[in-house]
Amino acid sequence: MNTVKIFITLKHGVLDPQGKAVQESLNKLGFPEVKGARVGKYMELQLDSQEDIDRQIEEMCAKLLANPVIEDYQYTIEEGTVQ
Amino acid sequence: MKFAVIVFPGSNCDRDMYHAVQDSLGEEAELVWYEDADLSGFDAILLPGGFSYGDYLRSGAIAAMSNIVSQIKQKASEGMPILGVCNGFQVLLESGLLPGAMLRNKKLKFMCHQEELVVENNQTQFTSSYEEKETISLPIAHGEGNYFCDKEVLADLEANRQIVFRYGDNPNGSVGDIAGIINKQGNVLGMMPHPERATEAVLGSADGLKLFKSVVNHWREAYVAGV
Repeated sequence: MNTVKIFITLKHGVLDPQGKAVQESLNKLGFPEVKGARVGKYMELQLDSQEDIDRQIEEMCAKLLANPVIEDYQYTIEEGTVQ
Repeated sequence: MKFAVIVFPGSNCDRDMYHAVQDSLGEEAELVWYEDADLSGFDAILLPGGFSYGDYLRSGAIAAMSNIVSQIKQKASEGMPILGVCNGFQVLLESGLLPGAMLRNKKLKFMCHQEELVVENNQTQFTSSYEEKETISLPIAHGEGNYFCDKEVLADLEANRQIVFRYGDNPNGSVGDIAGIINKQGNVLGMMPHPERATEAVLGSADGLKLFKSVVNHWREAYVAGV
């Protein structure tokens, strides 16, 4: 079993209203050094496959998990399951 | 003319759509559950607003993967008129029937009010009953109606006159003030505002009715008049 950790973020250049709200809140809280914030999604998949994992994940991301028009993704593969 | 109103788990404007066609327009409509749907025998497909699959993952993304969408794609390629409103528009984007994607509204708020739109292209089968540049009033009700596409796609949409409706006072941050676009073939229209909620004066506006009338007129001219 493998644990796949997928990070999905809005592409740079795409307006991220949620990230902007987070940045403004942090600024108001007394963190003026925060000049930008992006909010994304994190997914964890438990994958029971031995080979072709990269191809499978790419396909999952392209077909459903990320929208290529507005989102980028990256992932890591770790052996074993995460509790 | 017979309209199919596709019902996904979470659709909540399906009955508004049904009412608009059946009662305001006086044509035939049928609510079609997405799972056991057979789209043969229909003349047009309506994808209603709502929250298909609870907007899980992204609005319209999971509905776009359902079996009915492959049937809808087939019908689209055959030239059948297909209208997606609000979540229906999001499903059309996620399924690739229309270009672009939806982001959350610029101010992150769910918005529900009447908006003024300009009919940018009245040379489509959905808008022929409107005047060119006519200003109409339709309700909006969405949290993710901020239409996005890259510059190349936007230039393409402009060049092909695919931008059908624009907001007068862009409420959600959409590029090019886009409220509704059509595919190149001219038979698939997606829009965020709700024409089906504006088909009788008692609803605050009857400006949406002309859209449905345009579809019927086009269909009659194409399939009935010639017979």
